Order: sequence, then structure tokens, then C-alpha cells
Amino acid sequence: MLYLSLIAGRLGKAVLVLLAILVFNFFLIHAAPGDPALVMAGEAGSTDAEFIADLRERFGLDQPLPVQLWHYISGVLTLDFGYSYRQQMPVLDLILDRLPATLLLTGAAFIISLSLGVLAGALAAMRAGKPSGSLIMGLALLFYATPLYWVAMMSVLLFSVWLEWLPAYGFSTVGANYTGLAHVGDVALHLILPALTLGLFFMAIYTRMTRTSMLSVAQQDFVRTARAKGVAPGVIQRRHILRNALLPIITLAGLQAGQMVGGAVLTETVFAWPGIGRLMYDALMQRDYNLLLGVFFFSALLVIVFNMITDVIYRLADPRIRGAA
Amino acid sequence: MSFWHRFARNRGALLGVFILTFFILLALLAPFLYPDSPWRMVQRPFLAPGEVEGFPLGTDAMGRDVAAGLAHGAWVSLLVGLISTLAAMLIGVPLGALAGYFGGRVDDVLMRFTEFFQTIPNFALAIVLVAILQPSITTIILAIAIVSWPPVARLVRGEFLSLKQREYVEAARLVGQGHVAIIVRQILPNALSPVIVLASLMIATAILLESALSFMGLGDPDLMSWGYMIGAARTVMRQAWWLSVIPGVAILLTVLALNLVGDGLDDALNPQLARQR
Repeated sequence: MLYLSLIAGRLGKAVLVLLAILVFNFFLIHAAPGDPALVMAGEAGSTDAEFIADLRERFGLDQPLPVQLWHYISGVLTLDFGYSYRQQMPVLDLILDRLPATLLLTGAAFIISLSLGVLAGALAAMRAGKPSGSLIMGLALLFYATPLYWVAMMSVLLFSVWLEWLPAYGFSTVGANYTGLAHVGDVALHLILPALTLGLFFMAIYTRMTRTSMLSVAQQDFVRTARAKGVAPGVIQRRHILRNALLPIITLAGLQAGQMVGGAVLTETVFAWPGIGRLMYDALMQRDYNLLLGVFFFSALLVIVFNMITDVIYRLADPRIRGAA
Repeated sequence: MSFWHRFARNRGALLGVFILTFFILLALLAPFLYPDSPWRMVQRPFLAPGEVEGFPLGTDAMGRDVAAGLAHGAWVSLLVGLISTLAAMLIGVPLGALAGYFGGRVDDVLMRFTEFFQTIPNFALAIVLVAILQPSITTIILAIAIVSWPPVARLVRGEFLSLKQREYVEAARLVGQGHVAIIVRQILPNALSPVIVLASLMIATAILLESALSFMGLGDPDLMSWGYMIGAARTVMRQAWWLSVIPGVAILLTVLALNLVGDGLDDALNPQLARQR
């Protein structure tokens, strides 16, 4: 029961955030220079006055703002995100078509960055003050300071252009028509560079967080007790310190997952990865505002789902807060 | 130990100051070193660095001087980083201060508002804002400020929550000082040192954000920037790799320097924590 009310509360909050984003989207479109009907007509490639008047009526642009807002929100509630005149398809279809690729990319990058980041951070904490520990932190700082899209380009240059080890762009080999396992292998090969470059930046963040968290847990009383009882140092590091240090990292990882969706826009742009990030870039290039705002809404939705998942994991991982909803 | 002594003990921070000084000088001297527009075609395209005298970093696909672009781009990066961080402070500090000082309802409402902005993916929001309000240096600064103030508000709120319990605040209240005077003159000065450290890190993040926006084609169309240079070099990466490497290294060095300076400021302003590093 506790779980149910907890999840209900979380869902309520998520719905509020999404509603707020819709209102924000709506007013943003109206803040854009120029009349939305003219913009849409331009997207459809027409300047005909009758067509524009028709658009105005069909989308209710001649009605008062609150009415228009209501139409917009009720449209979204029936899963109508508008029409992309540039691509000649409903926005929702375009996004759903691209969503799996983004989920694959961000999911892979999330797993890579979290596991390697925690590992590197734990090593750095155990070797704090020694050269090897400083080296790990130096590398983390370097990756943290490097622009994501630039790392992506440099890895293409190194691994695709010069070494010719990995494909430079796309989701699978064009024209190869692999099936079954061969297809999975082909996609995995294409996934390596995008997932690694997206994960690198976040790996640096997790490394720094894990080290800080472990060093602060190491000063707590129960660690001193364990040390006094003569528990082996390695066991203290793994069982006592790392386990407790991981809890705040789960929460922060959930928050960072949101930034990962934003980072996917850059990675997908460089690697021509067919996800919603690349779709956002295309929408930008074509000034396709309906599509742009649709992708924006879905990226926020992804973040909320990510956050809810980490919240549940956190509560499962820490028995102490199970009771306190 | 003095502030400067504690700062200088961190060798990384000194290196950061050195790199940063170089780029600040480059930005300030850009109009004198390269008085011509960095957009002007001045030589054959695709000159490699050092191939022709007077063009130490070569030319790009349009025959523009890369060194001139780098210098003018330094100005844009540092300016956008600094002003958007100041703007983010102007939003985050008052909100955090009010939430922490008054607590209760005020705190609830303001923190919900902050959480909302933290939930929205930063970069996607910045893209949408700049694209729809039309790219210009003003909208870019505005968008970066709007996506980066929440951590400031949270930090300031935390500081206010703990500082408002202190005796000197009680004393000020007993003497009859108003809320505004207590917030501005008593608590705020004591909450500033972590805010300063955060600000130096935020300038670094803002520079990364600006470069990413320009890379996506959302830069100010009148201003040469490092992100634009990388974006323009992307299609010619196979012919001229140095065109993407040079501005990328400039961003990397600047952001790295700001992070190092931030760490040094942290050591110098919070000496009791410095020992843990």
C-alpha cells in the first residue's frame, strides 16, 4: 500500500510538471516573432492568403488565448502533438519512430558511465593522496572540461577516419540488410562510439561524486568502529564505505540522467544516430517548431521516467527510508 | 594564512589563472590584433597551420583566418560565460535567500518552482528558447541563465537555512533590524564564499553551453565563436582535421582553467575543508 501511495504521489507531481511544460510551450510559440499561421504557411511552402486564413481558422488562431491553450492541452491529452509540414507526418509518429534509438543510446551510455564512474571513483578514494588517485581525478577533470560534441568528433577522427576500426555514423550498415544476430552485432558496432562519447562526460561526474561520497562516509563512526574491531581494510572499503556511499549516488545519477537526454542531442547530431536528438537538430535546421516543441516535451517526459525509476531503486536499496514515504 | 597564500598553494589553480589570463588577454586584444572582421575571406581556403606566413593557424574552408576567429571567439565565450552567470546569480540568489530565510510556505513554493526547472533537460530547454526567440547574443545569455540558476538557489537556500540560526542573526533581530537588512547585510555576506566557488564553475559550464548552441547552428549570426568554428569544420573533418581540433582545444583549456581556479578558490575560501583533498 505504501508503495502505491508513493507512486501515486510521484505520478501526480510528474503530471503537474508535464502540464507546466505544455503551458510553457504554448506561450513560447506565441512569443516567437511572427504570426503562427504565417510560420505554418511558410513551413508548408505557401504564402496564399486564403490558405493562411484557412490555417488560422482550422487551428483556432482567431480565438482568445485561453481557448487556444485549452485546445492545445486537450489535443495533447488525445495524443495529438500537431503536424509537421516539413516532414509531412504527425509529430507523434515521427517521435515514436525515433524513440527506441535514443533509449538504446542513453541506456547504454548510462550503464557505461555509472559502472565505470563508480569504479574509477572508488579507486580514486582508496588511493586518495597517492599519484594513481590524483591521475584518475586529473583524467576525470579533463573529460569533464571537454565539450561533448568535440569528443564525439575527435573519436570519429581517430577510430573511424584514421584507424578505420569503427563506423563513423548511422545506426546500421546501409544496404547490408543483416538479419538476426548479424544485425544485432552490426548495431552494437555502430553504438560503441556514440555511447562511449556520451558516457565519458557523465563518467567524469560519477567519478567525482563517488570519491567525495566515499571520503565523507569514511569519516563516520561506524567505519571507525569496524576499523577498531580489526576488520580488514579491503573489506571496510567495499562492504562498509562503498555500499553506503552508493546511496546518494543513485539519487544524483537520476538527476544527471536528465542532462544525458540533452547530451544525446549533440551525440546523435554528430553520429547521425536516428533518435529524437537528431530529430531535434533536423527540426532546428528546418525551423519546424511543432516538431521542436514535441521533441522537447518528450525529452522532459523521458527525464521524469528516469527520475521515477531511480527513485524506486533508491527506496528498494535503502531499507531505512522504506517506511517514510 | 592569507587568502592569496592558500590559493597559491594549489598549483593547479595557479596554472588555471595562467591559462585564463592568456585567453582574457587574447579576447581583449582581439580588436587590435585582428581589426578586420573574422568573417572576411583573406587567403586561399584550407591552408594548414604555418603553411603561409602571417597565418600561424591556417585558414578554414572559406579562406577565413583561424587565428582571428580564435581571438574574436575568445571574447564571445568569456563574455557570454560571465554575463550569463551573473544573470543566473540575479535569479538564483534572491530566490534561494527568500526560501531559506522565511522557510515554510515560501520555501515550499519556491523550491517546487526550482525543482520544475531542474527536471527539464537543460540543453533541450536552451535549444528551444534560443531557436524560437531567434539566435542573438541576448537570447543566448538569457537561455543559459534560465537553465543554470537552480543550483545557485539550492546552494543559497542551504546556507541561509543554517546561517539564520546563528547568534549574530538573533542579535540583529533583537536590535530591531528588518528582514531585508538581515538578509542583505547580515546573512548574505557570510553565505557568499561557496557562491563564489560555484560561480567560477558555472562560467565554465556556460562556456560549454554557449559553444554547444553555436555548434548546433544557434550562435549569434554576427559573432564568430568557437562552437561555430567546430560546427563549420565538421563537414570538412577528413580534409582538414586541424580546423576542428584548434577551437576545441581552446574551449577545453578555458573550461579546464576555470575549473582549476574554482578548486583553488574553494581551498582558499573554505580552509577547513581543504585538508580532505
